[in-house]
Amino acid sequence: MAIDTTMKTSGSSSGGGRAPSADTGRRPRRRRPGRAWVKTVVALLLVVEIYPLVWMFLTSLKSNNDYLDNSTWSLPTTWEWGNYTEAWTTGNIGLYIQNSVLAVLPALALILLLGTAAGFALQVMVWKGRSLTLLIFLAGMMIPPQMILLPLFTVYFQTGLSGTLWPLILTYTGTGLPLTVFMMATYYKTVPRELFEAATIDGAGILRAFWTISVPMVRNALLTVGLVQFFFIWNDLLIALTFTNDQDLRTIQVGLLNFTGDFGATQYGPLFAAICINVFGTLVIYLFLNQKVMKGLTSGAVKG
Amino acid sequence: MHRVLGDRKAVLILLGPALLVYSLIMLVPMLWSLGYSFTKGNTIEGFTGNGLENFQHLFTDPAVRDALWFTVKYAVVVTVGQVVAGYLLALLYVFFLKKASALVRTLVFFPVVLPTVAVGLLFQKFFQVAPQTGPVNSLLNAVGLDSVDFFGSAGHAFWVLIIMDIWRSMGFYAVLLFAGLVDIPEEVLESARLDGASGLRLIRHIVLPMSFPVLMSSLIFSINGTLKVFDSIVALTNGGPGNATTPLTLYMFQTSFTYSDYGYGSTIALLLTVVCLMVTLVVFRVSRRDLTEG
Repeated sequence: MAIDTTMKTSGSSSGGGRAPSADTGRRPRRRRPGRAWVKTVVALLLVVEIYPLVWMFLTSLKSNNDYLDNSTWSLPTTWEWGNYTEAWTTGNIGLYIQNSVLAVLPALALILLLGTAAGFALQVMVWKGRSLTLLIFLAGMMIPPQMILLPLFTVYFQTGLSGTLWPLILTYTGTGLPLTVFMMATYYKTVPRELFEAATIDGAGILRAFWTISVPMVRNALLTVGLVQFFFIWNDLLIALTFTNDQDLRTIQVGLLNFTGDFGATQYGPLFAAICINVFGTLVIYLFLNQKVMKGLTSGAVKG
Repeated sequence: MHRVLGDRKAVLILLGPALLVYSLIMLVPMLWSLGYSFTKGNTIEGFTGNGLENFQHLFTDPAVRDALWFTVKYAVVVTVGQVVAGYLLALLYVFFLKKASALVRTLVFFPVVLPTVAVGLLFQKFFQVAPQTGPVNSLLNAVGLDSVDFFGSAGHAFWVLIIMDIWRSMGFYAVLLFAGLVDIPEEVLESARLDGASGLRLIRHIVLPMSFPVLMSSLIFSINGTLKVFDSIVALTNGGPGNATTPLTLYMFQTSFTYSDYGYGSTIALLLTVVCLMVTLVVFRVSRRDLTEG
């Protein structure tokens, strides 16, 4: 139901091209050929996309012997929910998730605040050199992060930031800005400039107009960009791997990667439980906000 | 007329913080890294200049050649795979499933949001042969074939990697391309059908040219990501067996942090940056030319 709205908005954006007569005209013609063929393809597709996740979940509930001795297709002989508590406490997944939240949320807030303000300044405001500045931000999207890791490592090390989560927060903010600025600037294109001029004639300063008028107007865009950035940062491995040399600072992704070596090498149940916690946590967030993600993708700035 | 919108102080307040953070985290380190490539050493032991030695090493290092070749091979195969699979899915959504496609789209989109590390570990277990026979190998056994040690040979590991990354991302490209296909006006399709075009001919002569711009954006988006692949390889094979699946990104990481050679690491990072910029420029040029013709 959620995504149906997306279809309608996308459809109507083609300038009312979808005449009702055309719609009724093509329905009977399509029903005849290859219905069974389509169903088979879709069924196969869903099995390929979903079965690995189901398999992973079932395996996370098996005991070690059950996993090693019985067929990989079988259900758990006993349902070992204890694997999850084991992963959470002994495997430190709880701590890793806490670190991830503490690094991701401040970075996300900074990205959105700075990115929206910059997008407004670059798209709505009129001044010399703004297209050049936008281009400089755009260039950042093509630079591989490897190019900035080593100098940043030196700086964080020498300023003594290295034993904290600050290197992650700062680096995520910097690397997240180019895409955010670009997308916010694109969204501001749809807001007419006259609106802000009228507001400022009524006595509000331009900064006030930015905050009280423009920000509520791009609310949906903020949510979309925020979600895209959230998934980027939350799933990041490279930056987290570089700047967390302390075991207690590991994010969930670094923790999971090291899980095999530290603890899960022979503890298969807890290993799968840890993967499941990571996967289904993300999945719940996605399902909860899926409508917005899809809407943003189909009507947003990425489309070009 | 735009007097209030030209307020310089306001521009500074709004743009300043973002520009400052961006410059300090991205621009300055980039130039700094360029400087590192003329040195040897690391943060802990200090740096000493060594002129062009790193660049001489770069051009003769067989590991760089292998990593570069792997990066290109991987990027081309995955980009083509992602976009083609995404396009086929988008065609399926628009022309065969129509309004019923919402659920399928959501389900196929699932893997896109999943953490790469988790997906990598999952695929490792899914394709494993020991200590437990994973689902893929038991399927092979069931049809009478022998188990394959997928992570024991370079060729197999490469294809598992490709399958995983296409599995992971095709839902994303499907949604992106779906948006492009939905925008094709129904009258155009209808009149083409009246003229007798159907099936493959309709797709080849009408749908494909009309969705060309969004196809190009997908391509640029995809190649930009696949050239920088890191997470999925670290999680799935960690570059192995040997260094058979080591791209430039991972080789740079190992050089810098395993062997503590920041100077040479920066030189490899520079090579990667040059490759990324060149490919982006070429794809961009090609797509612009075709767009203006179309």
